[in-house]
Amino acid sequence: MEATSLSVERAHTRSRTLNCKHCGTKLRAAGEFCCAGCEAAFCAGAKTGTPQIFSLSAEGNDQDGYQMVLGVEGIHCASCIRLIENALSANEYVTAARVNMSTERLSVSWRGPRNCGDTLAQQISALGYRLYDLNTRSAEAPATDVEKELIKAIAVAGFASGNLMLLSVGLWSSTAEAMGLATQSLFHWLSALIALPTVLYSGRPFFRSALAVLRGGHTNMDVPISLAVILAAVMSVSETLRHGDHVYFDSAVMLLFFLLIGRYLDARAKGKARASASQLLSKLAGTAAVYQDGQLVRLAVKDLKSGMRVLAAAGENIPADGRVVKGTSDIDMSLINGETMPELATQGARVFAGTVNLTAPIELIVDKASNKSLLSEIVRMMEVAEQGAAKYVRLADKAASLYTPVVHIFGALTFLGWLLVMQAPWQVAMLHAVTVLIITCPCALGLAVPVVQVLASGKLLKQGVLLKSGDALERLAAVDTVVFDKTGTLTIGKPELVGGAHTPADLRLAASLAAHSRHPLSAALAAAYEGPLFEMSVREFPGKGLSAEFEGKNLRLGSRSWCGGDIATDRENLELWFRADEKPAAHFLFSDTLRLDAKDTIGTLQKIGMKTIILSGDRMSAVEHAANTLNIEEFRGEVTPSQKYEYLAKLKADGKTVLMVGDGLNDAPALAAAEASMSPSSAIDIAQNAADIVFQGDKLKPVLETLITAQRSTKLVRENFALAVVYNIVAIPLAVAGFVTPLIAAAAMSGSSLLVILNAFRLRRKGKS
Amino acid sequence: MDVLLYLIPIALLLGLVGLGAFLWTLKTRQYDDLDGAAHRILLDDDED
Repeated sequence: MEATSLSVERAHTRSRTLNCKHCGTKLRAAGEFCCAGCEAAFCAGAKTGTPQIFSLSAEGNDQDGYQMVLGVEGIHCASCIRLIENALSANEYVTAARVNMSTERLSVSWRGPRNCGDTLAQQISALGYRLYDLNTRSAEAPATDVEKELIKAIAVAGFASGNLMLLSVGLWSSTAEAMGLATQSLFHWLSALIALPTVLYSGRPFFRSALAVLRGGHTNMDVPISLAVILAAVMSVSETLRHGDHVYFDSAVMLLFFLLIGRYLDARAKGKARASASQLLSKLAGTAAVYQDGQLVRLAVKDLKSGMRVLAAAGENIPADGRVVKGTSDIDMSLINGETMPELATQGARVFAGTVNLTAPIELIVDKASNKSLLSEIVRMMEVAEQGAAKYVRLADKAASLYTPVVHIFGALTFLGWLLVMQAPWQVAMLHAVTVLIITCPCALGLAVPVVQVLASGKLLKQGVLLKSGDALERLAAVDTVVFDKTGTLTIGKPELVGGAHTPADLRLAASLAAHSRHPLSAALAAAYEGPLFEMSVREFPGKGLSAEFEGKNLRLGSRSWCGGDIATDRENLELWFRADEKPAAHFLFSDTLRLDAKDTIGTLQKIGMKTIILSGDRMSAVEHAANTLNIEEFRGEVTPSQKYEYLAKLKADGKTVLMVGDGLNDAPALAAAEASMSPSSAIDIAQNAADIVFQGDKLKPVLETLITAQRSTKLVRENFALAVVYNIVAIPLAVAGFVTPLIAAAAMSGSSLLVILNAFRLRRKGKS
Repeated sequence: MDVLLYLIPIALLLGLVGLGAFLWTLKTRQYDDLDGAAHRILLDDDED
């Protein structure tokens, strides 16, 4: 029945013969695309970028071929998955292609030579999905292995503790007299049968870490944990043998279960901390077109040497620092100085690696090898900054370093006390010492931090804030100074048409011209016009503007001198002029507008006692204008990347704890140097990598919300610590005095763990109000 | 009390089956791409 109705529906949609322009899915509604994802991918595909070399990261596989894993951006729906996989599978050399939607990754293997991979990658790029290199063999893969091992250990411990509890309830609710010695014994042996393999299997993460530190002559939290678990198991076996009451199998396994949960959450919250600077450098690496013996060959950027002659096509990255020898073009310097407007580069001008050549091809002579370029200088600065940041000690580690010796001392004192003072036999003394170890075991302490951090990062993720490491929240909570970059952070980063003297007809003609150029003002003008454009062939004159012949008229769009404009204009705004034949010139004004809620957010930040500062590479006048609008008293303009870095170091020396918010490469060293750092998702890869936190959207409010969440969650963590301490203050004397039975130990342990988890959940409830 | 003699093994066995099933799903990487799996079910295997 259902099959027929489905095929009827299909036939019906086919009769309309409407297929998605991107993936070919039959459309169920009017329009050109099946979904927003396809539309975005189609539009991106229309602007094909320059081919990139990905195959360098490919690894040989056992089927006489290669395989590689690439990051893919822009996978939105099922059609995207099918489109990519089908496109690759259609190629006869491809042996396997699979898209992972959750991690936005594509893994593909093929037979044949290594560089086949680049052709495949290009195929995907042409479909409109941006690919990027993952540096797969870096810290990522082992981290998931650790998580997997923990999950398995949790599963086994969970199974065992559930079944042990089943038996224990029987034991607790009865006595040896009532249930019979044989039955009690059977239950104890069954418990041992379940618990001992579990302890051996699930305890490994703790035992391994404890052994490692003991070998190094230190101690950590895992030492008392391992000691308690092993002693509890051994003691329980001996109690079982002599038909005693103190059988702690259930406690030992439950202990492992709770601690493993804490450990797993911690492993997930920790995530990948700031990516190392060397990884960042490789992000920029690609290939460059180099003249060798009169021929154009492509070389890896890292192999470029001083004196080589390089061709940079329009729209391509400049591969190395050098001097222009042929051609004139506009260079987008935003990567280096954060400037909104491109700079004109003519013969003899210096250009820097990582900047983008916008308008026309240029040839340059490399004067610094890639490892000495300005970019590498920035990366080196970041490395230094990262070493400084690595010194941060997490709250949980601080607590553990206090806690561990206390537990050991209490255990030892209990043993000696019972043995020497109370004249008890050593078995009894041992029993009480082990009870102390079990009951003080840091279940609640182990859960105190990770539960809060996982909840906080989940909450922030829903608001579009990606937290890269859990301890970023702790560092963020201590912040008292917020430093902003201007372009792209306080502002949107793209100029927008805000006015000027022009007619709608002018706008249409000008937009038709502008659509042919990559210049940011042209892009803004083209974006501002909605409607059909005229077809015309346009010539671009770098540094001046555009011109075209249209319906017998000579059209010009560009600088004031290019179009002969005469009206004096407001200096704060960026302008374009337009002229058709002799008609007086029309002009368009642009402005890099502030984010909509920038003023409110800055105001609230100041209200809650944050000092706000602007550090920008942009012109002083533009910075001053923004600072005045936002009521920010301290600001610096025309700052180089190293000056930003030094400014932050000075703030640090003055005892300030700084949050840096920035989006450009020029902010990257400062982002790495700051106590905590955030960057918008529109930022370049390197800034996003250097930052602890990435936020999405056009608003600045996430900065404020993240700060508040960080403060609140750190407060909760402290409360949790307090709860754990109070629990211990009550429990330890009871255990030392020998009043604790297995039932009390089990109840106290799970009770304190639950209390800590429930307290952590308050983060969620409060956040709603 | 004799009932325990077979109820306990049955309970343990059922638990072990569950544990085994979970470890199997983990091993066959069924948790690697939860979003993808949710979308893939919408794809037709027999494309016409």
